[in-house]
Amino acid sequence: MEKEGKMVTIYVMGKKHRVPAGLTIMKAMEYAGYQLRRGVGCRGGFCGACATLYRVKGSYKLQAALACQKVVEDGMYIVQIPFTPAEKKLYDIEKIRPTPNVFVEHFPEITRCLSCNTCTKACPQDLMVMDYVQAALRGDIEKVVELSFDCIACGLCAIRCPAEIVPYQVAQLARRLYSKYILGLSEEVEKRVAEVEEGKFDEELEQLKRLPPEELRKRYESREIRV
Amino acid sequence: MEEYPGYPEEMWDSLRMVEETRDERIGKTYPRMSEEERERILREWHPDYKEGAKRPLRIGPNKGMMLPHEVADILEAHPLITPDMIDLSEIDYDVDVLIIGAGGAGLSAALIASEHIDKEGILLVQKLRLGDSNSKMSQGGIQAALGPDDSPVLHFLDIMGGGHFANNPELVEILVKEAPDVIRWHQSLGVLYDRNPDGSIKLSPGGGTCRRRMLSCKDYTGLEITRVLLDEFLNREIPYLEFTCAVELLTDDSGQVVGSVLYDLDSDEYLIARAKSTILATGGYGRLHIQGFETTNHYGATGDGIVLAYHVGAELRDLDATQYHPTGAAWPEQIVGQLCTEKLRGRGAQPVNRLGELFVNPLEPRDVEAAAIIRECYGRELGVTTPTGMRGVWLDTPLIDIINGEGTIEREFAAMYRTFKRFDIDIRKEPILVFPTLHYQNGGVVINARCETTVPGLYAAGEVSGGVHGKNRLMGNSQLELYVFGRRAGRFAAERAKRVTVGRPTLRHVERYERWLREAGIETDRRAPILLPEYRGKKTLEHHIRLL
Repeated sequence: MEKEGKMVTIYVMGKKHRVPAGLTIMKAMEYAGYQLRRGVGCRGGFCGACATLYRVKGSYKLQAALACQKVVEDGMYIVQIPFTPAEKKLYDIEKIRPTPNVFVEHFPEITRCLSCNTCTKACPQDLMVMDYVQAALRGDIEKVVELSFDCIACGLCAIRCPAEIVPYQVAQLARRLYSKYILGLSEEVEKRVAEVEEGKFDEELEQLKRLPPEELRKRYESREIRV
Repeated sequence: MEEYPGYPEEMWDSLRMVEETRDERIGKTYPRMSEEERERILREWHPDYKEGAKRPLRIGPNKGMMLPHEVADILEAHPLITPDMIDLSEIDYDVDVLIIGAGGAGLSAALIASEHIDKEGILLVQKLRLGDSNSKMSQGGIQAALGPDDSPVLHFLDIMGGGHFANNPELVEILVKEAPDVIRWHQSLGVLYDRNPDGSIKLSPGGGTCRRRMLSCKDYTGLEITRVLLDEFLNREIPYLEFTCAVELLTDDSGQVVGSVLYDLDSDEYLIARAKSTILATGGYGRLHIQGFETTNHYGATGDGIVLAYHVGAELRDLDATQYHPTGAAWPEQIVGQLCTEKLRGRGAQPVNRLGELFVNPLEPRDVEAAAIIRECYGRELGVTTPTGMRGVWLDTPLIDIINGEGTIEREFAAMYRTFKRFDIDIRKEPILVFPTLHYQNGGVVINARCETTVPGLYAAGEVSGGVHGKNRLMGNSQLELYVFGRRAGRFAAERAKRVTVGRPTLRHVERYERWLREAGIETDRRAPILLPEYRGKKTLEHHIRLL
């Protein structure tokens, strides 16, 4: 890219820095001399540690992004939001059930949703956050699961929500309930666990462990590949 | 409109050739190599075999072991603290089980330990945030022999062969036998595995597997599993500390490990945690950038665990073998080194060279696949060079939708699709440029079936441990290892805590380590564990692979 040569100006919490164009916000901050402790994680868009808010000079828009995925723009004012104050609702997954009211019971604040769509606009994964909050209100658990699966819980929706909802917690509950109670345990898993417990594979495994290395290698090379 | 808006113009000719050859490649596959061919290509092209990249370790129980310089450097370094810096008379936390690391292994250990002892006797410490780990970044899947034509026996064979028969067979046996039960545990906690339309679990092939054995959660497998375990961990209110690093273990007069010196990353204070059992679940060393390679790894993957273990005299193994994932992103520049999941190849994407030609079977074991890509770029000069001098080959992703039906990529590879879309590359229509990237620490701290290291009181589980994968890990077995051995570590560490007493904590092993360094004539200002990688200033712009 244009990283050699072209430079842009960014403001990290107001402080001005010249950094090479083409860097992500995270790398630009490191280039500017920050050793990151908070606001940094997997650096690959999977963990949600580097939630960031920014405005670009000349625009009124407050925008949201992941610092490890978003490339710096000239005139960007940046602040990281490495932590979202949000109480974790406690529940015993063995005791609760996927009833239509389960979300409203655990997260009554979802009834305050204004349908303003600010959460959706803030989502760096481009998820339809408002739609899944509305689905939770209706008790449509499958829809919540479908729309929220790619959530990395970065917290940006919760920070921006004027109704003070924490959408990703609602989604987490929905996915666990859906898997455990609606899909349930898989038969083939139960069957294989039982076979292992009965010792069905013990003798053959014992034999393999005792084979001299050359014999084991032969068994490996001659195994049939069926994929 | 530009033909390929996400790629520089000099790549367009090659992109066109990939497009033009696509139809005739459908259904074709490059033959798998024989064992002899595999051994030859590894010797000639795999970075592990490169001359001058390693040196013998000069101190400790594994003296003489060949290690990459970057790993030898953190072991031949002064401990971060000296005994006079630390006041051991005041114990801040006195617990039964101390767990260091909150990825898949650490969280599993905590959950299971809480079923054996009072949760108030557990303390989990994490260098960054809870759940921050490589575990969370795993995309492609987790192996468990579930198919009707599959069995733990075949799983065992695949692992041993993939690991070049250097694995500890006892650990492999445990891994394959407990795999189905791990899936059962996950489902009972509410992990959402991909299903077929008939409701059965979806199984895909992986490199080096003889059956379809890969379970997945779209291409967010690690994220889905980790977030469920974390949610459960928080529900159970197990005590924890975030942004707190283990900087040195503690030992008592009998030589057993009795906890750890902790360092609070926010307040820069040292804290003392005494424990009857201590579990290392600290992950691997990708951020050491072995031989200058880019890495797929989490920011915190700085190899702290092997350093802490070696300081107390625990034995290590197989650390001469480093895993380079065959397909890291080589373009765009912003995401160079990031993982492009092996599941892409499992679902039909073919690696092709600059001319659009097949050159390797897409599902060779990882080390072989990586070596073949390096040879294509640097031996046969048939790779594509980026404006910053990176080389790579194409991974022809559009084949996935062609073979499996439109919509497959968006449905099964949401993460990959999203990542490249951010940079104007549509992986449904255009191939991606890839090159091997530093991915995994194959070896680690020696453990037995109970996850005990060679030093009493110290347990290890997950990537920090060694023996399960031998010299090369297959896809989907690291996720599996986290839960199989994380659970075991939690259980055995808790059981031990019920029967042992611990003495006064000391740092005598630090003095011994300093003596080893002195006696070996090692003069250095390096200190370890390094805790955080150094990327400030110009280092941000560095990436150069010392390949040749």
